Amino acid sequence: MAITPPSNRLWWKEPVHGIELGWIIIAFLWGLFMFFFMIAWHFIGNQNLSTETYKIQPERYVEKVEAFADEYRAFDENGEPIEEDGVPVVRPPVGGDAYILARLWEFWPILELKKDESYRIHLSSADWQHGFSLQPTNINISVHPEYEHVLTLTPTEAGVFGIVCNEFCGIGHHTMTGRIRVVE
Amino acid sequence: MTTIDHGAVAGAAVAANYRTCRFSGLRIEANAETLIKVNAVAAVVFLALGGLMGLGVALTRWPAIQLLPADWFYLVLTGHGANVLLFWIIFFEIAVLYFASAVILGARLATPRFAWLAFVLMLVGAVMANYAVLRGDSTVMFTSYPPMQASQWFYLSLIIFAVGALIGVFVFFGTLVVAKAENTYNGSVPLVTFGAITAGIIAVFTLAAGAIILIPTWFWSLGLISNIDSLMYKVIWWGMGHSTQQINVSAHVSIWYAIGAMVVGARPLSEKVSRMAFFMYILFLQLASAHHILAEPGMSASWKIVNTSYMMYLAVMGSMIHGLTVPGAIEAAQRRNGYTRGAFEWLRKAPWGNPAFSGFFLSLVMFGFIGGITGVILGTEQLNVLMHNTLYVPGHFHGTVVAGTTLAFMAMTYLVVPLIFQRDIIMPGLAKLQPFLFGIGAGGISLFMMGAGTLGVPRRHWDMSLTDAPFVHEFPAAAYLMMGLNGISAILAALGGILFIVIVVGSILAGPKLNVPGAKLIFPLHDKSREAVSEYGSEGTLKLPGTIILVAIFFACFVLYYFVNWKYLSELWLFN
Repeated sequence: MAITPPSNRLWWKEPVHGIELGWIIIAFLWGLFMFFFMIAWHFIGNQNLSTETYKIQPERYVEKVEAFADEYRAFDENGEPIEEDGVPVVRPPVGGDAYILARLWEFWPILELKKDESYRIHLSSADWQHGFSLQPTNINISVHPEYEHVLTLTPTEAGVFGIVCNEFCGIGHHTMTGRIRVVE
Repeated sequence: MTTIDHGAVAGAAVAANYRTCRFSGLRIEANAETLIKVNAVAAVVFLALGGLMGLGVALTRWPAIQLLPADWFYLVLTGHGANVLLFWIIFFEIAVLYFASAVILGARLATPRFAWLAFVLMLVGAVMANYAVLRGDSTVMFTSYPPMQASQWFYLSLIIFAVGALIGVFVFFGTLVVAKAENTYNGSVPLVTFGAITAGIIAVFTLAAGAIILIPTWFWSLGLISNIDSLMYKVIWWGMGHSTQQINVSAHVSIWYAIGAMVVGARPLSEKVSRMAFFMYILFLQLASAHHILAEPGMSASWKIVNTSYMMYLAVMGSMIHGLTVPGAIEAAQRRNGYTRGAFEWLRKAPWGNPAFSGFFLSLVMFGFIGGITGVILGTEQLNVLMHNTLYVPGHFHGTVVAGTTLAFMAMTYLVVPLIFQRDIIMPGLAKLQPFLFGIGAGGISLFMMGAGTLGVPRRHWDMSLTDAPFVHEFPAAAYLMMGLNGISAILAALGGILFIVIVVGSILAGPKLNVPGAKLIFPLHDKSREAVSEYGSEGTLKLPGTIILVAIFFACFVLYYFVNWKYLSELWLFN
């Protein structure tokens, strides 16, 4: 029994039952498959999270985001800056760098991206850890202070997308949201 | 006879006070018995506290109810994590380690004074943690990610608890040495003890990782250290946070084997295979910290792939092996007990009326199908981005830790009460229902949270309707339905939990005494005299058709669900 010592003292010399051996082989091969499939996806797949990361002081990152927002601010036909709820809408250059700042409790600013165009999106936090959760596409990435994470993203659909914070960041956590617009 | 605890001196027999259990034939020493009792009781108390907090969390996340205000919700959620994930589980695990060493090997507990010290430290730590959380200045969640800071009491309490647990683990190792030195058993240790050793070794690694990160974090909260790197904290903290869950896996798999042995007379199909599967845990489960770093900046893809896969999934292979050998051992035993018709008579006629068996089998099935499969999906490098920090994550670990570990520990308690406390189970009719009530509730919690997570609902979040947020994202109606069903499941699980506490506490205090002549168990153990003589589970019963069908269904679900998720992933925005 499992609660008594093995009745055969030389239990390690016993042959393994065919059913068990078969299952061990299946489990081992399936494990190998899953392992190599992760590697393969780096070559065949389009959803591999970038590992490009820089150390940065949070204040320095805030300055960079503000400079970016000033430079690429969106204006309407009357020359008025476009805002939503006081947050500026920014149109980063196609293929260029776009910055998102996570801080207590907002994602700033609102990016307006073009569908099927690629952007280098920079993500970092000014204070605590936050979670960048893009909905409803469901892309979820952690945001750390002092680490500037550069992702390359190509939106494949147009519309208004919500960013919801999904890393607990204090009492205002459930009010921390943001927005990304994707236009044709 | 009194107990002298001068430690084991080779050759010199130390006087100890033993009794022999009339039902199991196990030789039980007085100190071991007392320490198993106190640890098990403490475990149940923290389960009650943490479980109640969990109900508060689930009812708050039910949008139609939203029971608690936001600040209380986050506070209670912090307490829920610490009480059930750490205190209930680890107190019970220490009891399991003492059981698997002293009781199963028929030895005395080594250094009972140190075992008491361990218990007191753990108790002080657990109470202090609750104090720190209830003060209101340590609402940092169980994970306490910096730069968010808790009060110094929070970190100190976890350190004290971990030191206590570590001492308990060394008492367990000491007991193994005592048993060997005093020749209380012949040959190799039993499989259950081997599994417990696995749990003990993993516990040492794990608690060490906890100390490495929590001690500097404590200094930081005192102002002695200026900065804790948030990414480094996460990597090391999860060396404790995730790996403690691997102690649970080793412990509850050992319990599965133990309950199978005690209730239906199951024997391992092969000692070698089951032990090798446990050995895989020792070698590779430590890498699991990476599961929490897959969506982080700063770590390379190759680091992520090697670590998240437990080195080519060799630890997953260990679990998959147990997934065959545990039901296989039950099937072989039941066929030996005479249930040989068809593929599933052995399962239909299993002792489902015995809560130890039903709890164990539900735990086995749900751990595999719900907790296990989703764990691999969540831990796949690229797939993680679909669910990281959504409710899918708590959905997954309620499948492993609640439906798997907690249910297995509850099942084991139905054996510990009669064998160690020598009191029989009261209210047997309700006790029969309890594992089903709790199991269905826990399974529901797990599935519905994963459903909501797949729809993007964040974890640790007070208000999915985002009422007070500047930019509202409307989650689909299905997500609201999922959260309602999650609430209902949580009520079921809570009822099962309350029933468990009432039955166990009532049995310990007022159950029929079993240390009187002629007493019989309400839920009988396996009757050895009625079984055919054979050496091993597989002997004479080379056919295990029922188990093969179950395992084939499991594998089909696994493969299908794996590829469904890759399909979802391929439809995301392009990361290039």
